[in-house]
Amino acid sequence: PTIKTTRHHLKVLNIIKVSFTFIFRCKLCGSNYAMSNGGGAASSSTHLLDFLEEPIPGVGTYDDFHTIDWVREKCKDRERHRKINSKKKESAWEFTKSLYDAWSGWLVVTLTGLASGALAGLIDIAADWMNDLKEGVCLSAMWFNHEQCCWTSNETTFAERDKCPQWKSWAELILGQAEGPGSYIMNYFMYIYWALSFAFLAVCLVKVFAPYACGSGIPEIKTILSGFIIRGYLGKWTLMIKTITLVLAVASGLSLGKEGPLVHVACCCGNIFSYLFPKYSKNEAKKREVLSAASAAGVSVAFGAPIGGVLFSLEEVSYYFPLKTLWRSFFAALVAAFVLRSINPFGNSRLVLFYVEYHTPWYLFELIPFILLGVFGGLWGAFFIRANIAWCRRRKSTRFGKYPVLEVILVAAITAVVAFPNPYTRQNTSELIKELFTDCGPLESSQLCQYRSQMNGSKAFTDNPNRPAGPGVYAAMWQLCLALIFKIIMTIFTFGLKVPSGLFIPSMAIGAIAGRIVGIAVEQLAYYHHDWFLFKEWCEVGADCITPGLYAMVGAAACLGGVTRMTVSLVVIVFELTGGLEYIVPLMAAVMTSKWVGDAFGREGIYEAHIRLNGYPFLDAKEEFTHTTLAREVMRPRRSDPPLAVLTQDDLTVEELQGIINDTSYNGFPVIVSKESQRLVGFALRRDITIAIENARRKQEGIMLNSRVYFTQHAPTLPADSPRPLKLRSILDMSPFTVTDHTPMEIVVDIFRKLGLRQCLVTHNGRLLGIITKKDILRHMAQMANQDPESIMFN
Amino acid sequence: MGAGGEGVCVCVCVGGEARYEQTCLLPVLLQNSEDIRCKCICPPYRDIEGQIYKQNVSLKDCNCLHVVEPMPVDGKDVEAYCLRCECKYEERSSGTIKVTIIIYLSILGLLLLYMVYLTLLEPMLKRRLFGHSQLIQSDDEVGVCVSLNIAPFANAHNVLSRSHSRPNVLNKVEHAQQRWRRQVQEQRKSVFDRHVVLS
Repeated sequence: PTIKTTRHHLKVLNIIKVSFTFIFRCKLCGSNYAMSNGGGAASSSTHLLDFLEEPIPGVGTYDDFHTIDWVREKCKDRERHRKINSKKKESAWEFTKSLYDAWSGWLVVTLTGLASGALAGLIDIAADWMNDLKEGVCLSAMWFNHEQCCWTSNETTFAERDKCPQWKSWAELILGQAEGPGSYIMNYFMYIYWALSFAFLAVCLVKVFAPYACGSGIPEIKTILSGFIIRGYLGKWTLMIKTITLVLAVASGLSLGKEGPLVHVACCCGNIFSYLFPKYSKNEAKKREVLSAASAAGVSVAFGAPIGGVLFSLEEVSYYFPLKTLWRSFFAALVAAFVLRSINPFGNSRLVLFYVEYHTPWYLFELIPFILLGVFGGLWGAFFIRANIAWCRRRKSTRFGKYPVLEVILVAAITAVVAFPNPYTRQNTSELIKELFTDCGPLESSQLCQYRSQMNGSKAFTDNPNRPAGPGVYAAMWQLCLALIFKIIMTIFTFGLKVPSGLFIPSMAIGAIAGRIVGIAVEQLAYYHHDWFLFKEWCEVGADCITPGLYAMVGAAACLGGVTRMTVSLVVIVFELTGGLEYIVPLMAAVMTSKWVGDAFGREGIYEAHIRLNGYPFLDAKEEFTHTTLAREVMRPRRSDPPLAVLTQDDLTVEELQGIINDTSYNGFPVIVSKESQRLVGFALRRDITIAIENARRKQEGIMLNSRVYFTQHAPTLPADSPRPLKLRSILDMSPFTVTDHTPMEIVVDIFRKLGLRQCLVTHNGRLLGIITKKDILRHMAQMANQDPESIMFN
Repeated sequence: MGAGGEGVCVCVCVGGEARYEQTCLLPVLLQNSEDIRCKCICPPYRDIEGQIYKQNVSLKDCNCLHVVEPMPVDGKDVEAYCLRCECKYEERSSGTIKVTIIIYLSILGLLLLYMVYLTLLEPMLKRRLFGHSQLIQSDDEVGVCVSLNIAPFANAHNVLSRSHSRPNVLNKVEHAQQRWRRQVQEQRKSVFDRHVVLS
């Protein structure tokens, strides 16, 4: 009896509801639309409406490895916002709720910035300590690394700045002597031992606890931000394991950096904090705004470059970047940089990693070597991308990939064995870059700065840095060349291992080494041939003309640009890293040259190449679609395919519907009026249908296998003894996007990109003809570019 | 020597001599007095070698005249020598470093223990308690089915049944752990076995 009365009430109220449908032209955003405009109807009967049309839990969520529907998410968010705003004036509590809702965005972003800064501080301190653990220990305070151990000691000399009695190398501890071949071998052995054990621990932790924590993370984050769902990729365990194993991976001496993984860590923090606020946890589109801001915070703490971080997020990582996100990203980057700076454990407020303290001018003729460095960067970038992708593809498809732990140990062993003899590869890569960026002045005493003094024999000090190279410099050049070759080869095999690995620092190291070599070469050229036209014009004899450190900086920027194909964000990051504002023009020249040279060999940067390798459904906004195909050539079904799987609006039974769902694997089905007319009503998603049917089976009585399913507003006329029909109108998308079959594919691709669609229906003369999904478009683009269309894996 | 600065009044050894001053530090500083230094780098000058001088002085005393002791040149050359020297004031926080390393090592140790437990001890315990037959888990099939959406209605069942909660806390923990392990196994399959993601 209860059901009959409620049905009667429902019929009465249906009239009111129908009139509201026409006024309310928005898409059907979940089933909340009934409640939001039911406020105008008789308030006593809204309870009945609520009871019967309550939102089905689970509708509107997405499966793993599927793409979100941006339009639906944005519409849901606008609904929510409207609801809160309409209630705002009712009471003080509602007003507070609306304020909280407005400010929750800033709160999430602040929390993300705080967490990213704190984690980055932890990673920095721990990585520095563990790195030096390979060499020895500090006996007076075990938690200090080499530099901190000798911080207060007075035994450091000008020539050997890291010697102090508190720091004992392993040979000293075990054998008792510090010098000699025996202790060299012992140091070598302990170095390899520690490197291997760190690498082994890292890969074991990744394999046992969080397999998603391996790799760089930036390709997957790019895909997630474009609308893909990878459940667990930004979760708590991934965060913890990524933080812990990143330190281990960096400490093991492998040729990798920590910038990419720090972006992943920051995005994990952003994701976790967004679950505290229902505005962000329930809406996938809003969550991605927070993730964009979080990635800016990640780059900001990785490099100490807040503005560069925002630009990186804008240029590389994000897909949709409205102005509101720009402001929030900047705030997140700022908070993260502030937290990192206030943790500042290292003594010189060192947020800028490679602070460049010289301000010598550069000359116009130096643009030639800078452009040459740009060409080198572009060539190396193209070579690296090809080689790395070929190796990763090998790993993916052949037996090599079956032994990830063994692979990591092997690579770590080879790296350790070859890196130890060369002092430039033995040290931390960041320290190497810093040494290469620093110009040789009177205060430097490294091997790279051992120039021959002008005065004969006596150790008289001169201000003239433009001196001939001494034997120290030549030895350093040889070692640097070997280091360059070693790093170029090892990075190819290291990027993509099953440990967290980043690419920025190794690329910058390669560029810095190349740049420094070129710089020293040009400097010596200027000294020995100072009567050439070029040098006579600009370089006076005895004046400070060439700064090799600047060439190292330009080389680093060129190589990084060549491999990632970043432009503006790279220049900003590099000048925030070094503080060298005078050198923007050479940096820009080199970065542009490397981008042009790199693009001549292939349009993709390393991250896009990895996205394509994995087959993620990423529709690149930077690529242009220039072919003249039409929609009907891309749509499905093709001539050889079975006909389009459609649902009729009131003809199906539950059993038939389940049959269609079980027989096919499509993600959604168009709903048509009838098979004869083929006129389009809407689009229903597979997941929503299955959840709605399950829910109806549980909650509503009388739904049987031969109950009629209807998508219309009113139930169809049925014979008296038929079981209760099932209304699925609430899950139907009433305004799917359609194009005609003669629409050029350029426009279709543009629509998909700009609106973030998953699928688009194709009509002919008003009748439904077929469907185009994002996967079809990606396959078509791959086919047009003569690549393998079967490599697109996901929907 | 000042240590830790936790008390209000601290004895500070000044100037390298055996002269102790009582300095009352208000407010309470968590900073070790060894955490500040002034570092002066002086390049080679005429016959004198390059040298590095360090002292625990404050910012206002961080210059060549206070820090470079003993001065290697006399009288007239002091100014010329000092002009070439570069003095920098630096602070660090050794307490932060200590706490961070201890936190990191303890988390790493806990994870290692848990890893050993999961990979070695738990199968052994299960084998002893339940016998060999139950070791053959069926999570493989569940994992594959969920990821490939072969049984969509079972998936829907999972989604809807997540709202049911068991009253017992231990059961909840066990349930959560089982779900987590299934997720990790799926992830492992995608990444390591099928090379579908993150290759």
